[in-house]
This record gives sequence, C-alpha cells and structure tokens, in this order.
Amino acid sequence: MDEILVHESRIAVPYAWSAGEVLSRFLKALRDERKILATRCPSCRKAYVPPRKTCGNCFEACGEWLEVGPRGTLLSFTQALYDSPAHPRPSPIYGLIRLEGADTALAHLVGESKLENLRLGMSVEAVFSESRSGSILDILHFRPAS
Amino acid sequence: MERVAVIGVGQTAFEAERRGSTYAELVHEAASAALDDAGLDISDVDNIVTASNDFWDGRTISSMAVGDAAGAAAGEGRSISTVEGDGTAAAFYGMSRILSGAYRTTLVVAHSKASEGDGRLITNAFFDPVCERALGLDAVSAAALQARIFLEHSGKTTEDCARIVVKNRSHGAKNPKAQLRRPLSAREAAASPLVAPPLRSGDIAPGSDGAAAVILAGEDFAKRRGGKRVWVEGVGLCADAPLGQRNLWESRALRDAAKRAYAMAGINDPGREIDAAEVSEQFSYQELLWLDELGLARCERVNLSGGCLCAHAVIAAGLVRLIEAALQLRGEAATQAPAVQRALAHGQYGLCGASHCVWILGNDG
Repeated sequence: MDEILVHESRIAVPYAWSAGEVLSRFLKALRDERKILATRCPSCRKAYVPPRKTCGNCFEACGEWLEVGPRGTLLSFTQALYDSPAHPRPSPIYGLIRLEGADTALAHLVGESKLENLRLGMSVEAVFSESRSGSILDILHFRPAS
Repeated sequence: MERVAVIGVGQTAFEAERRGSTYAELVHEAASAALDDAGLDISDVDNIVTASNDFWDGRTISSMAVGDAAGAAAGEGRSISTVEGDGTAAAFYGMSRILSGAYRTTLVVAHSKASEGDGRLITNAFFDPVCERALGLDAVSAAALQARIFLEHSGKTTEDCARIVVKNRSHGAKNPKAQLRRPLSAREAAASPLVAPPLRSGDIAPGSDGAAAVILAGEDFAKRRGGKRVWVEGVGLCADAPLGQRNLWESRALRDAAKRAYAMAGINDPGREIDAAEVSEQFSYQELLWLDELGLARCERVNLSGGCLCAHAVIAAGLVRLIEAALQLRGEAATQAPAVQRALAHGQYGLCGASHCVWILGNDG
C-alpha cells in the first residue's frame, strides 16, 4: 500500500466551568476550614458527598447541609499501574470512601500506604493539603486511620 | 404495535490500528456491507441514525462527519440523526423512528477508531470537571474499583474472571472479524500484567478500530421484501445513577432494561427461553455481573463471537453484539450455537456500566 500519512494534533480549548453554588460551598469549606460538607435529601435522607443540589432518587432539592468525615470506610481500592497524563502522581492508588455521616462513596486518592496493606472495610481519614485552592485536591489523599 | 425487523447487518474487521482508512471510510464500509446483506440500495433507506462520541473522534458534531459516508446526501437525501452513546442506543432510536410511522427503513451505523485518541484522557473526561477530573481516574481505574467490589460481594474470584477471558478468547480465535485471534490459556491470563489490580491486561477489552451497521425495517417492508430477517421481540434502555451514588456490585439499570425487554418479548424464564447471548463485557468481571442481572448466569452460549474482550471499537461495540446475535439466529455465526430461536444482545455506555440497552431478537414463527 502507498504511504498513509497521519496528521498529529491536539485539541486545546480552555474552559472556565462554574462550580455553582453547591460545589462552591463544598470547595470553600475544604479550602478555608478543612471540612468536608454534604447535602441531604429531605425525602430519602440520603447524604451526598460531593454535595448535590438535587437528589437523583427523589428528584427533590437537597437543602440541608451537614459535615461528614474526615474518617470513612474504604469500600474499594486499586492502583493505576500505568502512566497517564491525567494522573496527579505516579502510579496513583485510588479508593472509594464512604465518609462517616455520608451515604454515597467519594472517589479519591489513597496515600501513606502500600496497596498490599489496604483492606476492604478499613478505616481511613482525610489528609488535607497544606496549600489549598478550592479544589478536590485540597484533600491530599486518604490514609489508613491512626 | 407494528413489528420491526433487522434486515441487514454489516461490520468491518476490527483491528488495533486501521491506518489505511479514516473513520468515515469505516462507516461507509460497514454501511455498504449492511446494504449488500439486505440486498438494498441506499435509495431504499429513508433515514439514518449514527452513533459517535465527539471526544473519541476529536471533533464536534462527529456524527455529521460521517453523514456522507452513511449516505445522508445520496440521491434525494434523507433524514440523519445522532445518538451520543453506544450503537445499541442508536438502534433503539432508529427503531423508535420506524414505530413512529414516519419511516420504513433505518440505517444505523456506529464507529470508533480507538487508535486515534488517548483513551486515558478521553475517559478521564467522563468525570465531573469541577470536583472529580483532577483525580486522574479513567474507565480502567474506575472499573478496577467496581471489579474489587463485585468480587467481594459476589464471592466470585479472579479465577472465575480468567475463565471468561479464556472462553471468549477461544471463541474470538474463530471469528474472522475479531482483533485478538489468539487463544489465551488460563495460565497466560493469570500471568498477564497487572494493570489496575485486580484487573490484568487479559481482563481488559482491547481498543479497536472499526464500524458496524444494521438496517432496520418496519413489518410491511420486511415481509414484502422477504430475505434474511430477524425480528425485534423486545428492547429496554435504562440509565443508572452516577458513580459513587450506586452500588457497584449490582446494576439496577441493567435489571430494569432487561425487565422491560423481557416483558415486551413475553419472556418469563430467560435462562430457558434465550438460546444465545452477546453481552458487552468491557472487562471480564462484567460478563459475570451482567449475566447475573440478565438472569442468564447459567447460559452457556454467551459471547460466542469472542465478545468485547476480542474486539472493542468503543461506540460500535454494542451494535456488534446486536449483529452477532442476528447472525446466531440466521445460523451464520463463526461459532454457531445449534437451534437458536431467540437471542439477546446487550450494549452499555459510561463508567462502570452507567447505562444499558437490552435487545431480544427472534426468528420468524
């Protein structure tokens, strides 16, 4: 076959996404108070973290705010043993964490532990970053609770 | 209600990299194959539904980029519309258009060239940009989280998953369209590199380049025309809550979709009444999970094509399942099950099976 050319390029489009009122309050609490906030559905009482403005189950506004964590239960974990330009650190360990007081699972990084030392159902706690900017990474990671 | 038939199917071969063709050219190849299979000309097709994803294609309105290739402008031209999702959802829309009474025949096409984008970044973009994406999760690492929960909850093991890999790879070896055509032994599956524990490379569908197409027709058209046809007996499409808000060891959306499809088809005992199934297992554990929810855990004729573990052109994956289910009914599959009167096809879309589409196809009678 004749030579086939490949056009290499990338799409680089900047965005400025509004966090909205609900996630702004959540992210500001991480940044300013090292607190993890959730919202609760008045109908099914489910507490969402990250907080949601509306309950997907009940289609109702989640008006009530509450603080959850910083401890939680590790519901699952893995380690990405491959490189990705999206990874915030090499070979990141990921966990699904149900924070104390919350009914949903928060996906986040797990640190200060090797993968082989993690167990399903173990207690973990949030470690906050020293420099915080109103981002989900203001929680540096979760670590096995002391 | 009027019935709808699948009167033509077509698919390209699936390869790791199909450098010689653009994705629009793949669409044309699959659409032409489906028309040939149906014995039709593009002028017999009065509307088109495409499935595509702008991030995978690297352009906005990616569907319109394949319009010409699908025949939208040929001759007198025809209506074209789009689903951003799996090919089975596009077929659902295509069928709905026929049932509306406005159209007789729908060409449904789906394509992906996984080789041309970066799946890690594209599937990282599935996550919420404000409060999730910076974590760097993608479809594979998210699935690993689901896999561990599913294994823990179900009591199934990585050996059970490896058996799925071995089974599907042995079927794929006989499928001339499949990308991975070398069987994998249990020993090789267990020794394949860990990618995101508990997932090993053998557990993960490869990324493929390819396209698939089907032609759907209303009952009058299908009966008048004769030829090879299989009937749509039931269909269901349901979406689930986002990751973190649902139990990952189960799939309520798949149960709901199956319930609707089974009710429409009059199926009470899927394990007995379905002769062959093609499910979209992007990861080996998913075949076990999806079959549980479909009530087909004991079905021995699952993914006789090799499934997604042998070829996975992302957006086209579910439409390939629909085609392979139709081929089982026609007695033309590469690995043919005996006496198939009713077959199930399943597609999924999103992280950890966020939405599901279930099809029940049957022969004349």
